[in-house]
Amino acid sequence: MRYLPLNNNDRAAMLDVVGVKSIDGLFEDVPEAARLDSLIDVPLHKTESEVDGHLTALAAKNRAAGAGPFFIGAGAYRHHIPATVDHLIQRSEFLTAYTPYQPEISQGTLQVLFEFQTQVAMLTGMDVANASMYDGSTACGEAVLMACRVKRRKKVFVASGVHPHYTAVCKNTSQYQNIDLRVADCAPNCDAGILNGLDKDTAAIIVQSPNVFGEVIDLAPYAEAAHEVGALLIAVFTEPVALGAIKSPGEMGADIVVGEGQSLGVGLNYGGPYVGLFAVAQKLVRQMPGRVCGETVDANGERGYVLTLSTREQHIRREKATSNICTNSGLCTVAFSIHMSLLGEAGLRTLATLNHEKACQLADALGAIDGVELVTESFFNEFTLRLTKPAKDVVEAMVAKNVLGGLPAARLMDGQDDLLIVCATETNSDADINAFVAALTEALS
Amino acid sequence: MPLWPRLRRLYHEHEYARSEHDTTNEWLYPSRNCIWQQRLISKELLIFEVGTPRRTGVDFPALKGTKSRLGGMERTSEIGLPGLTEPEVMRHYVRLSQKNYAIDLGVYPLGSCTMKHNPRLNEKMARLPGFADIHPLQSENTVQGALELIDELADWICKLTGMPAVAMSPKAGAHGEMCGMMAIRAALDAKGADHKRRVLVPESAHGTNPATAVQCGFSIDSIPATDDGRVDMAALKAKLGDDVAGIMLTNPNTCGLFERDIIEIAELIHGVGGYFYCDGANFNALVGRVRPGDLGIDAMHLNLHKTFSTPHGGGGPGSGPTVLSDALSPYAPVPYVVKSNGTYRLVEDADSGDSFGRMTAFHGQMGMFTRALSYMLSHGSDGLKQATEDAVLNANYVQASLSDVMSPAFGGVCMHEALFDDSFLKGTGVETLDFAKAMIDEGYHPMTMYFPLVVHGAMLIEPTESESKAELDRFIDVMRGLALKAKSGEVDMFKQAPIYAPMRRLDETQAARKPVLRWRVPTTD
Amino acid sequence: MKYTEDHEWVRLDGDIATVGITTHAAQQLGDIVFVELPEVDAEFEKGDDAAVVESVKAASEIYAPVSGTITKINEDLEDAPEMVNADPQAAGWFFQIKLSDTSELDGMMDEAAYKAFIED
Repeated sequence: MRYLPLNNNDRAAMLDVVGVKSIDGLFEDVPEAARLDSLIDVPLHKTESEVDGHLTALAAKNRAAGAGPFFIGAGAYRHHIPATVDHLIQRSEFLTAYTPYQPEISQGTLQVLFEFQTQVAMLTGMDVANASMYDGSTACGEAVLMACRVKRRKKVFVASGVHPHYTAVCKNTSQYQNIDLRVADCAPNCDAGILNGLDKDTAAIIVQSPNVFGEVIDLAPYAEAAHEVGALLIAVFTEPVALGAIKSPGEMGADIVVGEGQSLGVGLNYGGPYVGLFAVAQKLVRQMPGRVCGETVDANGERGYVLTLSTREQHIRREKATSNICTNSGLCTVAFSIHMSLLGEAGLRTLATLNHEKACQLADALGAIDGVELVTESFFNEFTLRLTKPAKDVVEAMVAKNVLGGLPAARLMDGQDDLLIVCATETNSDADINAFVAALTEALS
Repeated sequence: MPLWPRLRRLYHEHEYARSEHDTTNEWLYPSRNCIWQQRLISKELLIFEVGTPRRTGVDFPALKGTKSRLGGMERTSEIGLPGLTEPEVMRHYVRLSQKNYAIDLGVYPLGSCTMKHNPRLNEKMARLPGFADIHPLQSENTVQGALELIDELADWICKLTGMPAVAMSPKAGAHGEMCGMMAIRAALDAKGADHKRRVLVPESAHGTNPATAVQCGFSIDSIPATDDGRVDMAALKAKLGDDVAGIMLTNPNTCGLFERDIIEIAELIHGVGGYFYCDGANFNALVGRVRPGDLGIDAMHLNLHKTFSTPHGGGGPGSGPTVLSDALSPYAPVPYVVKSNGTYRLVEDADSGDSFGRMTAFHGQMGMFTRALSYMLSHGSDGLKQATEDAVLNANYVQASLSDVMSPAFGGVCMHEALFDDSFLKGTGVETLDFAKAMIDEGYHPMTMYFPLVVHGAMLIEPTESESKAELDRFIDVMRGLALKAKSGEVDMFKQAPIYAPMRRLDETQAARKPVLRWRVPTTD
Repeated sequence: MKYTEDHEWVRLDGDIATVGITTHAAQQLGDIVFVELPEVDAEFEKGDDAAVVESVKAASEIYAPVSGTITKINEDLEDAPEMVNADPQAAGWFFQIKLSDTSELDGMMDEAAYKAFIED
């Protein structure tokens, strides 16, 4: 077996040192009833080329996004990732290191985390950020718990347009903690009517912008209404590139900002691993879940970085921890940070504008088709169409033409069978857009 | 260059080399007077201190100047991000990487973390566009290969654990614990057993266990350990009662020992109507030799990043598929994959059926599934069993070889990791922390320290199956040398350590008292 | 000054008790980095978690040694938690609590008894 350095001579010599006759002697504590006397019924070992062949064949059964026109977003976005990113994250020192518990020999990871936290704080317009969560949806669930902890209140409102998977995760995360989650119906043209329900028992309201339909939302009225009753505004985003073009949630008064960072550096990966972003106002930092990295000095007075504020975490606080979270998104964090560094201020803003221009171009082209109504007035790189036929059937008809033309809203929510959520990014060419227009026209005719 | 201490040892082993060498190459053979990393590993400024806003490392086509439709929400303020060109970015991160230790550089004996070799085939497979470049909400017809892969991995997991079902979506080990405990809570709720809220947790348990149970609305009742490091059965029996919801037990436990009474524990817990959550963090000690399903468990998470070698990546991402018994599987989270008439389909809606809900957007850590399946296929049933046996043998070899100079916490054989306490350091003035830092100067990442909490000054060594006997012999020599040095009164060396690492010891008190968690533009006052 | 088995000290002045942790406790905890104090007007039963004291690697609950209402907290600790290490039994006090039942002090140790307790 190519991965196992010991040979039988080694094993015999080592067993001798240990003082047992055979390997079975090391498993003597296992109850007899549970000892296996034969191999488990799965295939025997394979060569590298056999494994490669098996998995390549499976991969070939999938239609890669890059293999033709592709226009799906709704929480995961296809952007071009510079080659530098993947090269760097495959360096052994990033790829095969553990959590940086020994800061003297982990400054690489730690400094990247410190830079990542700074980038996220800047992007969201917040004071501080943690070193990442599993993904945007779990970050959102943690934000609910945090808001209830900070405010010692148990009611949280979810505005219309929050990604239904995120809402579901919030429901799941809070379901055994007596938290009263009030969820508005998910429909386009976000109705601020939910604000009428806010009261003195409200810990927070969750609002997403751009929301799942692509609408750009002014968060300021939500922040104002929340603060009026002493509650927090939790702002959510799933497309970080949007923050290169629109006002940051921090500028609009958010207290906690959570989001998905996948767009930058990570790739689609069929849903994971992704990287959850979590940023807060300074006064909330000790209630923030997850790992954080902080600056300090070493014994020679040199600047360095360590994991800090760990007394909030499960390995010390156990049942009183802020969260049960143990890992972060490690390598995805590094990828996000490298992509952000490559873009810089100018690059991110250009990328954002480019995405918006593509979306405007696509919206105009699709909106001109008979049987298509554009229902999203203001949007970033994603918008929603109302079709004269069920969106699910239309999407499947377009798949047959090798066009992945958006997401039927019904995949995420009930009662919106005629809505199609469509996304354009810098990766879409004019030819892609033309192919989409042709396929949609045909599917609707 | 990150091989800093190994080069130093090379010098000790081949002292003749220096005299034979051109003096311009002297840096290869540093001595204690020459702390060479200060010459070769440069200080690396933060990107914010070197970048300028206008520069960028990415080229774009020209903008068209389309009228914005952002609804008046255009960003007017600067973000503040620095800009760097591609070569500058490349150097920054390569230099930073060189300040890290890594499994590819040497022994990384972190107990309970399982730092084993990460085969690069797995990386290559995960990057196939058919896996890496597919969207989680694509039509199911366009992702049949992905769904088949998830199904195939699930089948391997069920067979290796001897369990009937697995929830694939948990994003990491602690998330898997949450999955298992939520399934238990949902099963109790379905029975109307709302008096069952007490969960038994051994005091040696990982901190995520109590943290998770509390998030699922349970209270914690701690069970003490016996002198031989296992669950105190008398104490356990005394704590049984009708209000017990279940037990959370790691096996092998955090002391690296197999819980001999585990089948009886399962029977006792089931006897009071409770469920058995087994923390599978140490499943790498059992694969192919023991199926947890044969021990009577109801739920267990796997850490694909430990047992099945998906890279730790400096702290993540993990992946925590959770196996469930027949009693718990109806409550499994969405989504899950079903197969009918040769076609795979995702069940994504929690409203139908008894599912306790959705744990994450989309379907889990696909990128980790690909890597883990690649690892399993490569090893096969025979290789997985051999890996387990080698991991256990390596740990026992280390324990046996160090037992006369260090102090094993418990007698007898261990499983995949060897636990020592600090009694061999008693009276020397050297503490576990100092001993660990001295290992850095010898070229090794330290073992896990001060965990589990049940042992004073704990040192938990997990060599894994990836180390050769020759590599272990060198490691053992160094550990013996350090133990003898500590006993001979060389306290100062330990207190100063590390001196050969990229940094000296860092001031964690200052970091926690006045947290500086981000860079800001320096003020000029 | 009276002492509890949880290594807290209590100094009574009328019906107001000042509470902190003992020198012994401060030494055991090591460098203290943060103290989370209760809110003024918060009410506690004897034994409730009232505050948290954190060192780099540990966090300990501070229990209300008596039942009552918080009247004042030591806000200086917010910026200077190290005061708990420097002067635990005076300037490093945590909070003042208005007692609802003075008899709760009866079971507590005096200095000699506490000294014997920690040497045990």
